[in-house]
Amino acid sequence: MEINPFAKRYHHLRDITRATCTLDAPGAHNEELAIVGGRLAQVVRVKGQSVTLQIFSGTEGLSNDAEVLFLGRYPDMPIGDQLLGRFLNAYAEPLDGLPPVEGQRISLGGPSANPVRRAQPFEPILTGLPGIDLNNTLVGGQKIPFFADPDQPYNEVMATVALRARADKIILGGMGLSYDDYLYYRDTFRQAGVLDRIVAFVNTTQDQPVERLLIPELALAAAEHFAITNNEKVLVLLTDMTLYADALSIVANRMDQIPSKDSMPGSLYSDLARIYEKSLQLPAGGGSITILAVTTLNQGDITHAIPDNTGYITEGQLFLRKDTDTGKIIIDPFRSLSRLKQLVIGKKTREDHPQIMNTAIRLYADAAEARSKKENGFDLTDYDVRAIRFARDYTEQILSIDVNLEMDAILDRLWRILAAHFTREEVSVKEQLIRKYWPD
Amino acid sequence: MNTTTKGVVRGITANLLEIRPSGPVRQNEICYVSSDGASLMGEVIKIIGETAYVQIFDTTRGLSEGAEVTFTGERIEVTLGPGMLGKRYDGLQNDLEKFEGVFLQRGQQSAPLDDDSKWGFRPLAKAGDAVRAGDWLGELSENGLPHRVMVPFRWEGSFTVRDIVPEGTYGIHDTIARLEDEQGVVREVTMVQKWPAKQTLTVYREKHRPHKLMETGVRIFDTMYPMLEGGTGFIPGPFGCGKTVMQQALAKQADADVVIVAACGERANEVVEIFTEFPELKDSRTGRPLIDRTIIIANTSSMPVAAREASVYTAMSLAEFYRNMGLRVLLLADSTSRWAQALREMANRLEDLPGPDAFPMDLSATIAQFYSRAGTVTLHNGQQGAVTFIGTVSPAGGNFKEPVTESTRKAARCFYALNQRRADSKRYPAVDPLESYSKYLDYPEFAESLAQSVGSDWITNAKTLQNLLIRGKEAADQINILGDDGVSLENHIDFWRSELIDFVLLQQDAFDEIDQLAPLERQRRMSRLVLEICQMPIPFENYTEVRPYFSKVINTLRQMNYSRWESDEFNNYHQELSRILAEKATEMAV
Ligand SMILES: Nc1ncnc2c1ncn2[C@@H]1O[C@H](COP(=O)(O)OP(=O)(O)OP(=O)(O)O)[C@@H](O)[C@H]1O
Ligand SMILES: [Mg+2]
Repeated sequence: MEINPFAKRYHHLRDITRATCTLDAPGAHNEELAIVGGRLAQVVRVKGQSVTLQIFSGTEGLSNDAEVLFLGRYPDMPIGDQLLGRFLNAYAEPLDGLPPVEGQRISLGGPSANPVRRAQPFEPILTGLPGIDLNNTLVGGQKIPFFADPDQPYNEVMATVALRARADKIILGGMGLSYDDYLYYRDTFRQAGVLDRIVAFVNTTQDQPVERLLIPELALAAAEHFAITNNEKVLVLLTDMTLYADALSIVANRMDQIPSKDSMPGSLYSDLARIYEKSLQLPAGGGSITILAVTTLNQGDITHAIPDNTGYITEGQLFLRKDTDTGKIIIDPFRSLSRLKQLVIGKKTREDHPQIMNTAIRLYADAAEARSKKENGFDLTDYDVRAIRFARDYTEQILSIDVNLEMDAILDRLWRILAAHFTREEVSVKEQLIRKYWPD
Repeated sequence: MNTTTKGVVRGITANLLEIRPSGPVRQNEICYVSSDGASLMGEVIKIIGETAYVQIFDTTRGLSEGAEVTFTGERIEVTLGPGMLGKRYDGLQNDLEKFEGVFLQRGQQSAPLDDDSKWGFRPLAKAGDAVRAGDWLGELSENGLPHRVMVPFRWEGSFTVRDIVPEGTYGIHDTIARLEDEQGVVREVTMVQKWPAKQTLTVYREKHRPHKLMETGVRIFDTMYPMLEGGTGFIPGPFGCGKTVMQQALAKQADADVVIVAACGERANEVVEIFTEFPELKDSRTGRPLIDRTIIIANTSSMPVAAREASVYTAMSLAEFYRNMGLRVLLLADSTSRWAQALREMANRLEDLPGPDAFPMDLSATIAQFYSRAGTVTLHNGQQGAVTFIGTVSPAGGNFKEPVTESTRKAARCFYALNQRRADSKRYPAVDPLESYSKYLDYPEFAESLAQSVGSDWITNAKTLQNLLIRGKEAADQINILGDDGVSLENHIDFWRSELIDFVLLQQDAFDEIDQLAPLERQRRMSRLVLEICQMPIPFENYTEVRPYFSKVINTLRQMNYSRWESDEFNNYHQELSRILAEKATEMAV
């Protein structure tokens, strides 16, 4: 790292906690970077002459006479097309054994886009997964997380979606990624021959948790470069945002902030929103930033503060669940939602899409009720039996993540499944659609 | 008034500054901090001894100890005047359109009104008239609405009109009248005035209980749980259950003169949807583009948190301004929980003693005070105006037992509870028909007003429908406990009657061109039809016949909902329905 010879130096740390140190340093700027005993740090509080620094890699072994150097600049990174194909760490330094990335440095954590300069998202992103394309259609400029228990194959599903999404650029932000998963992403991208379209910023489980806080900012600054300067369609993958939020709570805790729900900082909502709101669609001719994230759950608990706040910020969520009846991993149609889907379904996709999608989910809900009836030992009506049979077909042929189909083929398949188990009245969609699409 | 107090920054924690002022400062006073050429706006939120605590409406990156501060002597103010309709503001009333570039910049400000705009003005008062704050001096046409130019709200005492300009075209900063106060001092009035956003505007004669229906075209509102002009309501619900869709439906369809939408800490794409669609959609009552009657306050979730807190007050002050012109204003805020969270973030930074869930102790009072600014009023000139306020609440974990939901329940008169299970099974709008309520159903003045407009059976029908829904719920519980065979046939019929009401009246597809808007006449016809069917004796032989029969009936009625009102298609379905009903009746007779 380049160091200004006139940078201010200090040699006396008054307090050291697990993540911060405090010293007298008149004139330090809020959020300015510093080097404390060789470690990167940032000003997080100023009180008169006294300045508190957050040390990203932690304070273990730090001596109270360590040298402190204020850098007079703010978190930044080199930007440009030379990022492509690179795997970098939380300081944008090479992980791939190649030389450091050169280029003009831009500061991170820039302001958000003026809402009046945005355009309404309009372009469907098709993935081949009917559980997504049919029920939760993705749209360019959207932000949406996978909610999944840690044992589910969310990284695999996300990589599949990313590769099928036809984005111009893919930016991976890995936070607390296991080393195996890091290699998985690297090899998958390499095998797909897309390395020239990828930039990866990775913090693995071997790295300091607090360093993770830098990852989304790096990934999004790179995304803004490609989307805004180059007018490209950029897909950002952030995994795992739960580990990011955990790092936020570590810092908040060490700064003695009053925790709110689930020991998370009271500012969790705003902190997450700052990241997710970077997704955007620019007006015609401009680029877009779409964010796909992973939020791991603790035993499916979506009321925990992390998934809960996320759900309030993102434009829907994709809920991965194992279906006990068929043993398949499915995109759960109940808890999953894409809020931007109505901008494209029935407009960019076939006219029957909106109604038939909702109807199938309603009937799937009937099946769930019938199943609980059965579990409670009651006799099933003919309708219940048909609903359960329908649910099985629907799960195996539509919801399961191992299906790969074109959009129209999904709709045709769904009509066939519905007609196999229900009458037209039971399906109850607009008659004009029934006349056109009901298979005889 | 002091305008000379300066200060120096002593401490910085995120966007909270500790400032040592050089002279007197006021609570809630606005100040500007200079940082790297930019001037950051802040508000004094606490004064302890020698220190003023200031929340900055911006990021504080790069600020250092010793930075200079200038206090203004004023609180957060809105600028009021013609030309606000159709505008897109941030939480501090900066006109977003006037900012350059894709990204918002630090310390940026822009004029809320178009300073060189001109309007055709017509005087309403004349020289010699006695007037006071809020009285109408003249009017102009703002997007087809009568916009009244008033005596500034902050002027105390009574005045005599010295002179007033004749009808003609004037700029917003031109003097249009001169008023003389009791001491003989003459003051000039323009079309523009300022008002402290956090202060309730009360320059009217009296406030009364709401009595008139605010038609929304949403069945679960009008038919079941009506909202009144000048009324208050709130929509709590877990994420993704339909709060924003509901509010946008109200913004599009509600019968109001002016609609103000405060997007408070929510998604930018949601306001973009309004920006994109409202200029294209027509107001069915006036034929003008919807954007012409709409003001959007967009302080989305990634914009500064402190400005989010201010945004709801900005929106309310604009609403009160138009109410004072004798207009009916609908104010929507999505989501008031984000506003409460902004209060919480600041209280935490101030290290105030936290209340439940770390919210400030006075949260309940703050919410109640805000809701109390809504209402119908009679102005000094006898005209009436209204501010109807509907907020959304986003409870943590979707659990209504939390401070914001509980406090709002005490403050608002209507409760539209969104239910996760209904949303999961796509029964939209996911308003829980049993938990929700409108206290206005018990207002005698409302019953009276309905009797003169849509008919006196409106309220009794609403209550009958509610009772049928309760019976249906009880029957469903019985069936779940005892099984289909274990309950009486009557239980099955009760259950299916409630399904009929649910599918035909409660559910409404906000994205279907026709179903989304149901005028009162159409609602009356459909609810009468549904009630007739519910009251028809249909002695089924066996419970297995109940579902197929009701499926057919429901399906036909839904097709009617999807058809244009009284079109051939609609009438055909109606006939088909009569056939199904008659067939069943004869079947029984045989
Ligand atoms: N009346 C309706 N008709 C059809 N679909 C609806 C209706 N209401 C809600 N939905 C569906 O539910 C989705 C979520 O709705 P909405 O965005 O209003 O939720 P919300 O309660 O505002 O969530 P959040 O708290 O996260 O902002 C919509 O995108 C839409 O798909
Ligand atoms: Mg919403």
